[in-house]
Amino acid sequence: MIGAPITRREGRAKLLGQPLYTDDKILPGEIRGVTVRTHIPRGILKGISFGEGIPWEEFTVVTAADIPGKNLVASIVHDQPFLVEIGGTISHPEQPVVLLAHPDRSLLEKARRAIRLDVEELPPVLDIESAIEKAQVIHGSNNILKEILIDKGDPGPVFCSAVKVVEGEYRTGAQEHAYIEPNGMLAEVGREGERLTVTVYGSLQCPYYVHEAVKQLFGLPGDQVRVVAMEMGGAFGGKEDYPSVNAGHAALLAWKSGKPVKLIYDREEDMAATTKRHPSRTRIKSAFDRDGLLLALDIDFVLDGGAFVTLSPVVLSRGALHAASVYKCPNVRIHARAVATNVPPHGAFRGFGAPQSLFAIERHMDVCARELGLTPLELRRRNFLAIGDRMSTGQVVKETVDLEAIVSRALSEIGYEEKRRSFDAHNSSQSPIKRGVGFSVFLHGCGFTGGGETYLASVAGVKGLPDGRVSVLAANTEMGQGKTTVFAQIVASALKLPVDMVDVWSADTAEVPNSGPTVASRSTMIVGKLIEDAAYGLKQSLIQQGLLEMTYTPEEFREAVKTAVARHGSLKCYSQYHKPPHIVWDDTTYKGDAYPTFSWACYAAGVSVDMVTYEVKVDDFVAVQEVGRVVNPMLATGQIEGGVAQGIGWGLWEEVQWKDGRMVNNQMTNYIIPTSVDLPRIRVAFLENPHPAGPGGAKGIGELPMDGPAPAVLNALAHALGPIRLDEIPMTPERILARLEEADRG
Amino acid sequence: MDDHPCKHGDGCTCHSGVSRRGFLGSITTAAAGIAASGTLTAAPAPPPEKAQPDEPVKLQLSVNGRTHKVLVEPRWTLLYVLRDQLGLTGTKPGCERGECGACTVLIDGVARYSCLTLALEAKGKEVTTIEGLMKGEELGATQRAFVEEDGYQCGYCTPGQVMAAEGLLRVNPRPSMEEIRHGMSGNLCRCGAYVHIFKSVEKAAVLSASEKR
Repeated sequence: MIGAPITRREGRAKLLGQPLYTDDKILPGEIRGVTVRTHIPRGILKGISFGEGIPWEEFTVVTAADIPGKNLVASIVHDQPFLVEIGGTISHPEQPVVLLAHPDRSLLEKARRAIRLDVEELPPVLDIESAIEKAQVIHGSNNILKEILIDKGDPGPVFCSAVKVVEGEYRTGAQEHAYIEPNGMLAEVGREGERLTVTVYGSLQCPYYVHEAVKQLFGLPGDQVRVVAMEMGGAFGGKEDYPSVNAGHAALLAWKSGKPVKLIYDREEDMAATTKRHPSRTRIKSAFDRDGLLLALDIDFVLDGGAFVTLSPVVLSRGALHAASVYKCPNVRIHARAVATNVPPHGAFRGFGAPQSLFAIERHMDVCARELGLTPLELRRRNFLAIGDRMSTGQVVKETVDLEAIVSRALSEIGYEEKRRSFDAHNSSQSPIKRGVGFSVFLHGCGFTGGGETYLASVAGVKGLPDGRVSVLAANTEMGQGKTTVFAQIVASALKLPVDMVDVWSADTAEVPNSGPTVASRSTMIVGKLIEDAAYGLKQSLIQQGLLEMTYTPEEFREAVKTAVARHGSLKCYSQYHKPPHIVWDDTTYKGDAYPTFSWACYAAGVSVDMVTYEVKVDDFVAVQEVGRVVNPMLATGQIEGGVAQGIGWGLWEEVQWKDGRMVNNQMTNYIIPTSVDLPRIRVAFLENPHPAGPGGAKGIGELPMDGPAPAVLNALAHALGPIRLDEIPMTPERILARLEEADRG
Repeated sequence: MDDHPCKHGDGCTCHSGVSRRGFLGSITTAAAGIAASGTLTAAPAPPPEKAQPDEPVKLQLSVNGRTHKVLVEPRWTLLYVLRDQLGLTGTKPGCERGECGACTVLIDGVARYSCLTLALEAKGKEVTTIEGLMKGEELGATQRAFVEEDGYQCGYCTPGQVMAAEGLLRVNPRPSMEEIRHGMSGNLCRCGAYVHIFKSVEKAAVLSASEKR
């Protein structure tokens, strides 16, 4: 079963429009909710006034004063209020203040507009530079949400003695997830005497994050809160931490109104108010010897975290740990900071900090190659990591890493050398179209960073069903990545059963254990391994009970499960994550094994630039990766193609425009994501290298394809346009024009 | 931008050489009621009846071959009526302003955004949604092709994609790859399943042809 390109389990239902996404589910008597938000980036909330002409007595109105438990969203640091209280600080322009519910949606909108907030404005901090310079202090004593230092060797003296030192600064912009299904929640509150139960159905990646947040909001024990992940219309990280906020809001309205409340964001609110990819600034100083060997790297990596801590510490961590990428270097210093600004908190987005730092280093390597008089390929291959080498944290590369093979495959596939020559010839002509080819080489750590998995200690299981089939019990959610199909394949493979004998339970905290969040390219490798182990446990248990022989047919297995379930009432087997003894990580010094393993890749792009409009077209794209064993090649290919699409969008078109801390292009007409006519043919190849840590040898895959496209496309642009400053994304036509003019001025 | 003149006459859902952006950019007056999927050259909507926007009027709406008698407020969109009044939640809201295409349905066989169509505009016409493509208990050819070619990931834009494909194939049963790319460009897929969507539409053309034979 592992390795089979089977179609998705949910295919028929999805093609019939049957699965219930949050807005499709209806609870009897449900009413609608809306959120009233601040509109200034920083200040003090002095008061709330309710305008005339609205029948306020018909409305359910919730303010901070109503909150029964803690007015703080449970996260890494509890610093974000669910609602700003009167007298409280306004930290960004989309902060929720009042919640309203009413059956009539149009009246609800009128009421939302009729609420006036009395505020005292304070000067805001709106970008990385002002935050670092402490133009205003808005967080702690220095605006720093999290700081990390990775130290290896002693880079300082090397910069004085090295043959060549190259410096560069690289920037990436915010990126909106733009899942087609906006955020939505449906909550109901039950009361049996004094006992309160809160149930939330929603579009969410991490049921147990929301569970924790709602528990804390109401001050309830875990068994009185139930969170159910509905069918999810895309997430990409955008439904990792934000659902803790809007689930809380929907639950508060349901609790106060006594009715089920549905809170669905419209597109504009979703784009403006919820999380985005962290904007970044990376400064790299690198030293080389005369052979182009990397001697030292000094990397200053800064993320704009927005108004609250939320997930910034871990996004920063992943970014910092990927900053030196696939290169061996004896002396490395990585100084990473996430800073506070008065914009809505930035959050998880596929890649989680790694695309930002990898963009910088991969662009920088091309710049260095030019400075050193080497080709981009030659410089990289002289510095590739190999088995036995130490990474920036001192982690030793323990498995075979054949970067040469990955790169060779990608470059031959795209016809790199040939294109390099023919495009050079073409570009020296007077053609109004310039062409270029470029590539990036990168890695992505699988599973949680550092001690994350140990801390989580996830549990997943397998359960026998009365009809003799088995079901996977895990809190991981389906958002289009294919976990339902892949989990079924893993268990079917472990139990040697046809895949239709394996069911996958939906992520409902009343039914499934906490197998951790659906993030970090961890579902297949980490949770997949747990369910594989649990499946072996279940089989073992049947054998020990004398119901099954060592070898069996699917029919015999079915009968054994039926008998066991009938005899004991239930048959379940769980497995919990335990850190393998060879993985050692120190979170205080940032030394050790940052990730259990990495996936590796080389992406190559061919581009053309219209020298009249500076419109860039990606003509060709090749994505070659090593992700261990591929569980389902059809689904994996789709996931890579999708990540490439998002990566190209981030690199060229997707620009969040800010004004006073608000996203002002919060529509799909002016925030441009790729359409079917914008993308090239994307050729995907996998080089398989089974890894012992994953089920059937699989590693993580989901985030990897977000890392490589932007630097590959920008490196191709650099080939097309020559030595101009291509150091910022999205590289829009306006930016290309500015860079060309700057180069003309010298 | 590729130049792609449409060759299929009135009612064609093929793209006529402008991108979604170019097309939307060209609409300077976003008049309510002009529904468009990609570029549509459908006949203009009938003149609105004289009614107050929130005063309910009777409407006979034919959806998937069934006639529904509904009381609708004239301001209600077809999307709203399909989902909230008829319970046909297969048609999805993504932006409710004609940007994403998730709500695409067929009106008299032509793909249109139901969020930009007033329910009253569908009077006397046949509306087809994702729920209406089955052949008995079997999936329709386009649906089957999307399953087999993995033409979706999260599935949320999928009903709209399928209806756009269906609309395209009804006017152009054997589209070229370029015609598919352009014909589907009014429907966003953030999972980026485009390559698989193209393959699905190609396959749907083949399956439909063999079904008709």
